[in-house]
Amino acid sequence: MSLTVPIENRKSVVEQHASGDKRFKILEAHMKKYQYRQDALIEVLHKAQELFGYLEDDLLLFVAYRLKLPASRVYGVATFYHFFTLKPQGKHTCVVCLGTACYVKGSARVLAAIEEKAGIKAGETTPDNELSLLTARCIGACGIAPAVVYDGTVTPRQTPETALEKMKGWISHGN
Amino acid sequence: MVIDDLNAIAEKEQAARKKTIIRCCMAAGCMSSQSEVLKQSLEQAVKDAGLSDEVEVRGVGCMKLCCRGPLVSVDTQNTLYQEVAPEDAPELVNTLKGGKTKLKRGDLDHPFFKRQLAIVLANSGEIDPERIEGYIAADGYQALHQVLREMTPKEVVETIVKSGLRGRGGAGFPTGLKWGTVAKTQSSQKYVICNADEGDPGAFMDRSVLESDPHSVLEGMAIAAYAVGANQGFIYVRAEYPLAIKRLQTAIKQAKTLGLLGSGIFESPFNFNIDIRIGAGAFVCGEETALMMSVEGKRGTPRPRPPFPAESGLWGCPTLINNVETFANVPPIVRKGAEWFASIGTEKSKGTKVFALAGKIENTGLIEVPMGTPMRQIIEEMGGGAPDGGKVKAVQTGGPSGGCIPASALDTPVDYDSLTKLGSIMGSGGMIVMDDSTKMVDVARYFMEFCVDESCGKCIPCRAGTVQMLHLLEKILDRKATARDLAKLEELCGMVKSTSLCGLGQTAPNPTLSTLRYFRQEYEVLLQPDKFGPHDNGEAKKASFVI
Repeated sequence: MSLTVPIENRKSVVEQHASGDKRFKILEAHMKKYQYRQDALIEVLHKAQELFGYLEDDLLLFVAYRLKLPASRVYGVATFYHFFTLKPQGKHTCVVCLGTACYVKGSARVLAAIEEKAGIKAGETTPDNELSLLTARCIGACGIAPAVVYDGTVTPRQTPETALEKMKGWISHGN
Repeated sequence: MVIDDLNAIAEKEQAARKKTIIRCCMAAGCMSSQSEVLKQSLEQAVKDAGLSDEVEVRGVGCMKLCCRGPLVSVDTQNTLYQEVAPEDAPELVNTLKGGKTKLKRGDLDHPFFKRQLAIVLANSGEIDPERIEGYIAADGYQALHQVLREMTPKEVVETIVKSGLRGRGGAGFPTGLKWGTVAKTQSSQKYVICNADEGDPGAFMDRSVLESDPHSVLEGMAIAAYAVGANQGFIYVRAEYPLAIKRLQTAIKQAKTLGLLGSGIFESPFNFNIDIRIGAGAFVCGEETALMMSVEGKRGTPRPRPPFPAESGLWGCPTLINNVETFANVPPIVRKGAEWFASIGTEKSKGTKVFALAGKIENTGLIEVPMGTPMRQIIEEMGGGAPDGGKVKAVQTGGPSGGCIPASALDTPVDYDSLTKLGSIMGSGGMIVMDDSTKMVDVARYFMEFCVDESCGKCIPCRAGTVQMLHLLEKILDRKATARDLAKLEELCGMVKSTSLCGLGQTAPNPTLSTLRYFRQEYEVLLQPDKFGPHDNGEAKKASFVI
């Protein structure tokens, strides 16, 4: 479903979702924990992203409907914060920290090497959906700079070589 | 819970203490180098050596020298083992029986450790952050008891005023004054917020405090809540710090179970609850009004002040917002007295400050030094200077809101006022060392790009101004700019600085301004001759934006 669905049809579509996919039930329980409070919107979106991987339009509508918030408000919050993504992510994620400490220690070179090898820019996903390449403003791992997070694991002192070694198998195309 | 129960927990904890404690760093830095596996191997090795009755393997918070992790210390040997791999565990444990080891040992008498004065980090690297008993055995929650049972809220505020504590989040506003303002407001509902949205790239002090000693922050918040008359607290912590979030959740749960948070704390009429709010990656949310919007579940856009949060904050109620480190300073101040705290530091900046040393420096990690320590001592003696024979060129403090301090000014004492005079700020405490391979114009561009990305878009000077400044910096770096462009850049810096709505925009030009101030020649060598003839500086000044 997209935002183009007429308003009168939205409710039924939303409820249909809630009864189908199990993940909606988990999300529902999470909202209940916060007593459907509107100020819990960011917490709810965190949970939604954790469950679904990204925030689809109908997921945002579902949250808006349940928290009794205008869809515009939910969409506004989801697009304001960098942490939320509205596009599906690849099977693996690689987050290159571009914090100041990592930057002066050469994280830009690491990023450039990965970008070249994978053929995508930071913020994009490879066409085969294997890898999402992201950057972070600082993950607070400055003592072990430059740091790269591979599938949630922070890895210290990276160089272009170690990074490409680590990602063997994630980048399938080409050589 | 009464004081006897608290003391009983502390005594029990002390009685259970084994002869030897092997401490293994379990903060995020070392955990990324497999310290979790290492701890398990150490436990197994102790068991295999038959030393289980005498030796405790304890996971502790940050042991400060992050670049050499994973770190392990053995208290009876007064040694810090560095870069310990899980397979080294048996060898390390064998040293307790007199065995030899080739493991790298750190010198605990090195200035990096010797010059530190731990108040905020006193428990860091000592206690297990996931066990409240450890914190209680280290005099934890004694200050809260003292405050609730022996002091009036007014006396608590006076103690903080007398201590001279200033906000550790960057601006250095006197904490006692802030507390007093919130305490004076008449409202049935007040809030206390802990700002743990440590967004400055290169700063990881708050993360370490939360990971190493979460209870000290909770206790500080509870004391603050009693002083100002609040009953609900929020900790706003970045989503990028999953370990800190986990340890905070554990700590809050434990404190609630023991009745140190909740209703009727220490059988007094005081109630206080703390909820965690997780940020979602917006730098501007470190600004207090934007942070409150985010706590309310909205877009984190700032609003003009006044009204200040102390009068009208969260949901329009009086709200006290302090930084993690500020709150962590509170329990020791109450326990040891305002005079003790005021005796440390300089005339206008009291106490200690935690800094995160990073970048091109030999010893990266966490340090806590008295205010007024000369920067040279921090960088050269404690940090060991630039690695690989490099030369320190500049030190960046205060993140994207701060500036670059040139090597020639390294003798400046580190306190709020001295750093402001140099065109930088104390900031939250990130210190990034740059050596002579670092290009200062590129650094300015880096921070401007950061601000373009992080500008919330509410006010035009910041939203449009940062983009224009970034264009100009890129033009200079591409060697396409003329003196005219440089003059325009300076003009824009002044305009954005004086007309932006919040701290982000007002300080966005700082890195550019400070590099222009100290490294102007690096900009000038990149400039191209102006084909319209030499640029008249006098005219540019006249036309520049004046407030």
